[in-house]
Amino acid sequence: MQSIFRWIGVIFLLFLIAFGGFFVLPGSLVEKIKNPTILKFHRKIAGFRPYSLGLDLQGGVHLVYSADLSKIEKKEWKEAMEGLRDVIERRVNLFGVKEPIVQIERVGEGYRLIVELAGIEDPKKAIEMIGKTPYLEFREEMSEKEKKEFLKTLEKRFGKEVAEKFKNQPLFKPTKLTGKYLKRAYLQFDPTTMKPSIGLEFNKEGAKIFEELTKRNVGKRLAIFIDNQIISAPVVREKISGGKAQITGDFTIEEAKRLARNLNAGALPVPIKLIVQENIGPFLGKISIKKSIIAGGVGLLLLIFFMILIYRLSGILASIALAFYGVCLLSLFKFIPVTLTLSGIAGFILSLGMAVDANILIFERLREEILQRKKLEPKISKLTLENLISRAFSRAWPAIRDGNLTTLITCFILFLMASGFVQGFALTLGIGILTSMFSAMIITRFLMKTFAKSPFGNWEKIWRR
Amino acid sequence: MDFLKYSKIYFIFSGSLILASFIFLLVFGLKFGIDFKGGSILEIEFVKKRPPLSELRDLLQKQIKKEFIIQEAGKKGILIKAKEIDESLHQKILKALKKKGEIREKRFEMIGPAVGRELKRKTLIALIIAFIFITLYIALAFRKATFLISSWQYGLSALIALFHDIFITCGIFALLGKFLNIEVNIPFVAALLTILGYSINDTIVVFDRCRENLKKRQEDFKTILNISLSETLARSLFTSLTTLLVLFAILLFGGETLFSFVLTLIIGISLGTYSSIFIATPLCFLFSKKKVK
Repeated sequence: MQSIFRWIGVIFLLFLIAFGGFFVLPGSLVEKIKNPTILKFHRKIAGFRPYSLGLDLQGGVHLVYSADLSKIEKKEWKEAMEGLRDVIERRVNLFGVKEPIVQIERVGEGYRLIVELAGIEDPKKAIEMIGKTPYLEFREEMSEKEKKEFLKTLEKRFGKEVAEKFKNQPLFKPTKLTGKYLKRAYLQFDPTTMKPSIGLEFNKEGAKIFEELTKRNVGKRLAIFIDNQIISAPVVREKISGGKAQITGDFTIEEAKRLARNLNAGALPVPIKLIVQENIGPFLGKISIKKSIIAGGVGLLLLIFFMILIYRLSGILASIALAFYGVCLLSLFKFIPVTLTLSGIAGFILSLGMAVDANILIFERLREEILQRKKLEPKISKLTLENLISRAFSRAWPAIRDGNLTTLITCFILFLMASGFVQGFALTLGIGILTSMFSAMIITRFLMKTFAKSPFGNWEKIWRR
Repeated sequence: MDFLKYSKIYFIFSGSLILASFIFLLVFGLKFGIDFKGGSILEIEFVKKRPPLSELRDLLQKQIKKEFIIQEAGKKGILIKAKEIDESLHQKILKALKKKGEIREKRFEMIGPAVGRELKRKTLIALIIAFIFITLYIALAFRKATFLISSWQYGLSALIALFHDIFITCGIFALLGKFLNIEVNIPFVAALLTILGYSINDTIVVFDRCRENLKKRQEDFKTILNISLSETLARSLFTSLTTLLVLFAILLFGGETLFSFVLTLIIGISLGTYSSIFIATPLCFLFSKKKVK
């Protein structure tokens, strides 16, 4: 009776592999069959859980910006970074990317912003939109004393000539007032000259700062800088309350309009600099997917061929377990979901090769046990093949556990290194090793025991090399 | 089979490999790529036919007045490398190249020098942590193995074998960097760490068998080591072989992006299999001989 249940289990397992295999098949492969019914069916069962592909497989841009937080107090850094993220998120959303990623990353003492835009058509425009955001800043004149000190350090560092150059022009130092406090910016025209200029309106906090700033700078210049370039430096005539200011300069109407729009879209709370950029063309991703499917397929076939050639029936059973393992892992990738990158796929394919290692250790043990029984060693001469299989499994286990543990340790360390390529690889390899231990220890054992009880069990030669 | 009879030959062979690697690393050094150095790479494919490189070089020099390193990549592609290419320069290059025929941009990477330095530091830390963990693990795994030679001597043998694998792999890459322009990037380090974790397995399988045999048999240490080696030889070879099979599949069919990563793994894992049989075990024997004296 029990054996019937076991065989039902085997059939169920095979069915699971077949169905699961169809489920995890990538859509591009199913399309090749050119059968509309099959394709429709595949879309129905697999379409709701597509693989989530990394940037390197679907093309896109990966950008890392470093944020210059030197002008902000340390305890406000986190808040400033969150503000920066929100502003950039808004800009990126304007661009219409499906699932943009905008992340803050802490690196030692500083902060970075990671932006990932998948499947983007025109990366150039996106970078412009993020990067060319104006950084608005008001600066006030240095006092005579500060100026002297500044010139001194300048002379020390760059020589007298450079210092001379700056001697006769006003020098500015940063203030607290930046684009952070901007409520809105708009195009306006000077009533007397009819030249275009930009009107600025600060929020409550900004208005207060602006009032103080103008109060202490009456009779001096207050410079407006955009992206570290001086735009205008009007002389303050009186204290200005109400939080309104004006940028005048040599603008054309177009320029003034664009500047106002960019300032409105959210002046960045902190200046940023692009430090890493990766563009991957979408067609390169397609080639990579195709190539890795071929590599995986060839690898799998080689493994199955090798296992059956060496271990015969055991090899066939191991191959079934391997297929189960592959289907299991790919389904996990779909359901968790794990973002697949090229390195991740490499990790997956490599884990196939490592997954059969456990089987090899078990089969070699079994071979030893069978050969010992043949020699009629008293202790095991009466044991059935099923008993020997149990012994082989329990004796091979410590080596399998230890071996996988060391690889898992490395995966863990690799994952902590936190670099895209390495993380993808470590994640899939790690999940793969855990899953493969299950498939080798549980599935292979179940299959071997079931077959050992059948007439196959009497023919020990087909179980070993 | 008497594996240990030729121990001297193995040691001389591996010793000279290590010496050669040392010289390569000293003279050529590893050729670090942009992950560590910072810099830019632009890969472009000409849809129809690739113009001669010298023509492209002249074109870029005239149009942009900057020196670039230009290499062939694949059948129709080129690689352009420079210290730092920002977005506007990137667009200028594309515009200039378009005059020579229809192009497709495969990838563009720019990594700032600060990021490279930081990555170097990070990977160094990772390597050290990995080494500590593996050493701890070995100490733990062999804490009960105190027969004939003490447990730390087993651990030391395994560690020397690991060092042997990693060092020679680095040496080979110094050579490949010099003559084939293969660069060392983050994937190389990932591969080294994977080798660390994987190569130790074979050594553990052999040592485990020694421990078992020493309990069962009464022969001398040398015979026990030989028996253990021949009993585990097949599984050491087969487990590495299956892993190498899939790696070769990726090497041949997986495309150029993964090429050097997989090549590192293949070299390291092959060395690991060799060293667990021909270095780690003979070292154990060497330690035991010293003790007898």
